[in-house]
Amino acid sequence: MSTPLSGPGSAQQAPGRGPVRTGSPRTSRTARNHAPITVAGLAAKVILLGLVAGIAIWAAFPLVEAEMWVWLAVLVLTTAALFYLYLGRRHIPAKYLVPGTLFLIAFQVVPVLYTASTAFTNFGDGHRGSKDDAIVAIQSSSVKQVPGSAQYPMSVATKGDPATGALVFLITDPQTNTVSVGDARGLRPLDPGAATVAPGGKVTAADGYTVLNVGQASARSKDITDLVVPTAGGALRSSGLSRVYEGKAVRAYDAGCDCVKDSDSGRTWTADGEVGAFVATDGERLAQGWKVNVGLSNFTRVLTDERISGPFLGTLIWNFAFAIGSTGGTFILGMLIALALHSPRMRGTNLYRMLLILPYAMPSFAMLLVWRDMFNTDFGLINNLFGLSVDWFGQDWSARAAVILVQLWLGYPYMFLVATGALQAIPRELTEATSVDGASPWQSFKAVTLPLLLVALSPLLISSFAFNFNNFNAIYLTTEGAPFPADNPSNGATDLLITYTYRLAFGGQAAQFGFAAAISLFIFAIVAVVSAVSFRRTRQQEDVYA
Amino acid sequence: MTTLTGASRPTAVDRNAGRRGNRWFAQVGWRHLVGLLGVLFSLFPLVFVVSAALNPLGTLSSTELVPTGGVSFENFGDLFARTEFANWFLNSVLIAGGAAFASVLLSALAAYAFSRMRFQGRRVGLLSLLLIQMFPQFLAIVAIFLIFGMITDLWPAIGFNTPWGLMLLYMGGALGVNTWLMKGFFDTLPRELDESATMDGASHAQVFFRILLPLVAPILAVTGLLAFINTINEFLMASVFLTDTDAKTLAVGMRGMLQGAERNTNFGIFAAGTLLTAIPTVLVFQFLQRFIVSGLTSGAVKG
Repeated sequence: MSTPLSGPGSAQQAPGRGPVRTGSPRTSRTARNHAPITVAGLAAKVILLGLVAGIAIWAAFPLVEAEMWVWLAVLVLTTAALFYLYLGRRHIPAKYLVPGTLFLIAFQVVPVLYTASTAFTNFGDGHRGSKDDAIVAIQSSSVKQVPGSAQYPMSVATKGDPATGALVFLITDPQTNTVSVGDARGLRPLDPGAATVAPGGKVTAADGYTVLNVGQASARSKDITDLVVPTAGGALRSSGLSRVYEGKAVRAYDAGCDCVKDSDSGRTWTADGEVGAFVATDGERLAQGWKVNVGLSNFTRVLTDERISGPFLGTLIWNFAFAIGSTGGTFILGMLIALALHSPRMRGTNLYRMLLILPYAMPSFAMLLVWRDMFNTDFGLINNLFGLSVDWFGQDWSARAAVILVQLWLGYPYMFLVATGALQAIPRELTEATSVDGASPWQSFKAVTLPLLLVALSPLLISSFAFNFNNFNAIYLTTEGAPFPADNPSNGATDLLITYTYRLAFGGQAAQFGFAAAISLFIFAIVAVVSAVSFRRTRQQEDVYA
Repeated sequence: MTTLTGASRPTAVDRNAGRRGNRWFAQVGWRHLVGLLGVLFSLFPLVFVVSAALNPLGTLSSTELVPTGGVSFENFGDLFARTEFANWFLNSVLIAGGAAFASVLLSALAAYAFSRMRFQGRRVGLLSLLLIQMFPQFLAIVAIFLIFGMITDLWPAIGFNTPWGLMLLYMGGALGVNTWLMKGFFDTLPRELDESATMDGASHAQVFFRILLPLVAPILAVTGLLAFINTINEFLMASVFLTDTDAKTLAVGMRGMLQGAERNTNFGIFAAGTLLTAIPTVLVFQFLQRFIVSGLTSGAVKG
């Protein structure tokens, strides 16, 4: 890949040598001071630093408003450091490294560390916020309509898409005719004049919000029923699609016993700091809990919880099989075709090549979806062509064979291209020499061509393996993990670890961010071990010393 | 002269055929046979897509491998009339183009420092990049989702459902992926070039922008193209980030077309969208084919 052209010795003459090495500081410093300051360079510097300052100021206001002083300090220090770095003449390597490193830290290192810390908590649906948040949620969700509850006209609105955006209630107080916005965080008054109120009190339009019409609202009736707006005396809940009532909370938190009491049934749930939930004596848990540190239990669950460990092991084995099968299959097919076309007597190789690499140039996400529909049981091309009615994604092995076939189609042009390149680099004399010595073509392939190909392509095979090991699209856009066993809707036969993780975190069921993060770390570990072993074998580390 | 794989595969030879045809098949003919089979395998899903795009009924169930029920361009019109395809296309090009350009620039800057300068922490920096490279960014998707939830509250302009948030995220993954590759390219350029420029009074920035960057420009273009294509195809993070219809990228939006009950009826317009998405990349691919081979053998990867 890279040819180190200079040994460590030539480092002395490197143009941008940093000031840390004390070879002959005086001379190099003066040399640098004589470097001309061009108008273009100066202008670029001024513009870019101005941009940095502008962005920093823009970013500071919301932080001040939210009173997040620590992050404000980070912002100010980062900006100051950038100015110091680029206005000074020292630290030249840093000038080139810092831009990328900033993004790397913000959007890769921090998320990875955050993942690691989340893996030791029970973070997820039902365990999102602090204990106080949980108490507020318990109290407001226990609100019941009592005789004499006040009712208000209400419109459902959202700031986003009417079909998916987070909902708010626009509530009108008939006495004062003022409009308030209510969501799970509470009630805030809207600026007078920002909303258009129809006779009867219903809001028909409001600045910055899309008011849902009846059809849109009834499509989201479940979200509307679930939306509870806490107030001082209890909470507001919807009653139908156009009114809210103010109800009284049945359940209340008692700090004395650190428990929640239900005034209707008289039951109590005591706070359990170990699991982050209120638990009754008979073991019943309230759905609203809080985030606590659970130690290693997310990791041990993978091994000890029988509902997870059995399917998990199957997923792990299939994950390896899929990665090896995809990589090996594409390599063998690509190499065979490359060998076939690699002959001085072949005509039209360019045309073949142009047509063969078409799958590689197509947008893979779309082609995955096309393949999914080609495997469709009722109307799919495969069943139509062969007159079958196989439910390809309905059985374990046909689904697995299908996703590997799709990967084969997507991936072999790439292997064909690189194998062609590598074949052209093998000197013809070598194979000619073997045939002079009387070796059969098969012997010469086995003894000369294949080993040389493998040397050239093994880094690519390793990275292809690592890529396929986490090939989310290949599964999620085709089978989505199906078929699922009847008793376990969270882990299907074609699931890779990464699609399984995605389902745990963002699937239809309750999100389990903590557990998903633990599985992510598990994948990290596997990928790291595989990469470390392979890097050692390909000795890429040597470049470090170049 | 027997070539190296002359008869590495058993060839079914018709005994009755003439000796010359026999030899021709053993040496060249079977190669064409393999090539043709490969081309057939490559092309049949593409023929199916073209046929679906031109199918006047536009449903999956009525689509054959070869269009028999007439040809029409209705699907292309429907695509723009019934979906936000134009928006998605623009979003994808903006996000992927911006992220590819920025990531190539950022990693070229870093690679220059690693290739040409000697400083404290250089080895540690290179090794930690190698380590970070092993951790694909999307594995931290849960944490990224939570972090961007906070960012959306503070700065809605770079949060969920904006192209900028996603672009920033993709730029974060850039350094880990491309720096080693680029450092390799810079290492192949003779040092004497920048040394002589320095002697003539060029600053380090001039050496980088005026001398080295133009020399690696073709390979930068290929790396950028591959980054562009990878970003266009990225689905996982885009699907978490972009939920509003008009903020979606092609991958997220077009998958939505084939969701649920509309899966059968929308297949025609979906195929039309696939063709429109593919045309620019296929053209560039054929054009840059030669460079791409060398770029690939240097270690860039695509599924």
